[in-house]
Amino acid sequence: MSDRIIAGIRGIGHRVIEAVWRLGYASRFFLLILTKSGTSFRRFGLVIREMYFAGVQSLIIIIVSGLFVGMVLGLQGYETLQKYGSESATGILVALSLVRELGPVVAALLFASRAGSAITAEIGLMKTTEQLSAMEMMAIDPVARVVAPRFWAGVLSMPLLAALFSVMGIFGGHLIAVVVIGVDEGSFWSQMQSVVDFRYDILNGFIKTFVFGVAITAIAVFEGYDAPPTAAGVSGATTRTVVTSSLIILGLDFILTAFMFRGMS
Amino acid sequence: MKSENLVEINNLNFAYDTRAILKGINMTMPRGKVIAIMGGSGSGKTTLLRLIGGTVAPSSGSVRFDGQIVHELDRESLFRLRRKMSMLFQFGALFTDLSVFDNVAFQMREHTDLPESMIRDLVLMKLQAVGLRGAHHLMPSQLSGGMARRVALARSIALDPVLCMYDEPFTGLDPISLGVIASLIRRLTDALGMTSIIVTHDVQSSLRMVDYIYFIADGVVAAQGTPAEIRDSVAPFVHQFVHGEEDGPVPFHYPADTYANDLKLGNSLV
Repeated sequence: MSDRIIAGIRGIGHRVIEAVWRLGYASRFFLLILTKSGTSFRRFGLVIREMYFAGVQSLIIIIVSGLFVGMVLGLQGYETLQKYGSESATGILVALSLVRELGPVVAALLFASRAGSAITAEIGLMKTTEQLSAMEMMAIDPVARVVAPRFWAGVLSMPLLAALFSVMGIFGGHLIAVVVIGVDEGSFWSQMQSVVDFRYDILNGFIKTFVFGVAITAIAVFEGYDAPPTAAGVSGATTRTVVTSSLIILGLDFILTAFMFRGMS
Repeated sequence: MKSENLVEINNLNFAYDTRAILKGINMTMPRGKVIAIMGGSGSGKTTLLRLIGGTVAPSSGSVRFDGQIVHELDRESLFRLRRKMSMLFQFGALFTDLSVFDNVAFQMREHTDLPESMIRDLVLMKLQAVGLRGAHHLMPSQLSGGMARRVALARSIALDPVLCMYDEPFTGLDPISLGVIASLIRRLTDALGMTSIIVTHDVQSSLRMVDYIYFIADGVVAAQGTPAEIRDSVAPFVHQFVHGEEDGPVPFHYPADTYANDLKLGNSLV
C-alpha cells in the first residue's frame, strides 16, 4: 500500500518536473525565435506568404462567426434593453462587447483552432518527413527560415482578424437591431460613437489581440517543432496547440481585463 | 595541400545516453570515390552520416572533413562547411509546399545572389541530369517514390557539393527506379568529381556500383574491402549479410530465456 502511495507521489513529482522542464525549453525556444527573426524582416515576402496561409485563409471563419455573434448580440441586447426602454443603447452594447471582449477572445479561439493547429501540423509534418533536417544539412537554419516567418505572420494576422471580427459583429448587430427590429439608426450609431473610447476600448482590445497572437503562434510553432516525428506525435501536438492556446487565451484575457478596465466607470 | 581523403574518421565513439552506438570506428573516404556503409538495422549507419554532417557530436574521437574537425566548429563555420556537402534523405525529404523546380532552386536562392534567369537554367540542367526536366512544374505529391528520389538527388547536387551522402537511397523502389538511382549516383559522382557515401542494405546494387564497402556490426567496423574482396570473403558475418542468410553471427532469435521456460513447460518435457 505504502509503495503505491510513494509511486503515486513520485509520478506526480515526475510530471511536475517534466512540465517545468518543458516550460523552460519552450521559453528558450521563444527567445531563439526572437533572436533569429532577422531573416523574416529582411525577406518580408516570407512573412507575407505565411500571412496568406494563417490570415487570409482564416477570413471565411472569422467573417461568418463575427456576423453571427453580432446578430445574436443584437437580438439579446435588444431583448434585455427594451425592458428598460433603452433599446437605442443596443449599439453600445454590441460595440463594447465586441471591441473589448468577444472580438479579441472569440477571434483568438477561432484563430487557434484554424491557423494554430495548421501551423503545428505543418511544422510537425516537416519534421516527420525530415524536411527540417534536410534544411539543416543545407546550412539553412529551420528556426530562421520556417519557424520565425510563421510566428510573425501569426502575430501580425491576429489583430487584423480580430478587428475584422468586431467590424462584422457590429454589422451583424446593426442588421438585426436596426434593419430587422427597427431600432432608430441615428441613435444606434451616435450612442455607439459617443461611448466607445479609442484609448480604453479599441486600443485595449488591440493590445489583447496582439498578446493573444503572440501566445497562440508561439505555442503553435513550439508544439510543431517539438512534436515527436510520428503520426501520433503530430496529432497529439496539434491537439495540445488548440487546448493550451484556448486555456491560455481565456486566462490571459482575465488578467488583461483586470488590469485594463479596473475601476473604470 | 589537400589530403587525398575527403573524410577521415578516427577512433569515433558515439552513445545515446548510456547506450553505445559506435565504438572506436576508423574509416577513410578518398576523394572521388563511392563508398558504401552497410550493416543491419540499428547498427548506427545513419548516425555515422549525421556525425559527418555535424548534426550530432561524437562522445569521443573525431570526424575530419576536408581537413576540418567537424564537431569542433562553431555553428557558423559548420554551416559554411555544410555548403560543401549534401544529403539525400531516405524518402527524399522534398519540401512539400514547393514545386519540383523550386525545390531544386531552393539552395541557390538561399545561398547565392544569382539572377533568376541563371537559376532557371541551372535548375533545368540539374533536372535534365536526373531525367526530370519535364516534371519541373509538378508538386512533390504528384511524384512517384522513384521520381521524388531523383528530384531530391537533383536538389542535393544543386550547388555542386564535394561530398554527397545518401541515406538508404534504394529503399522502397521498384527494380527499374532502383537501377536508375544507382546508376545516377555513380554517373553524377564521376561527372562532378564528388565523393559519395551511401548507407544501404542493398547488397547486390552496392556490389555493382561502389568502390569500397564498410560493414558495421555491433558498433564496430566488422569488415571492409572492395566489392570483389567482399564477394569472396569467407568471414561469417559478411557471408551471412551478402547471401541474406537468416541465422549466423547475427542471430535469428532475440536473446531470451529458454523456449520451454517461456511456455511454462517446466519438467514435463523431461
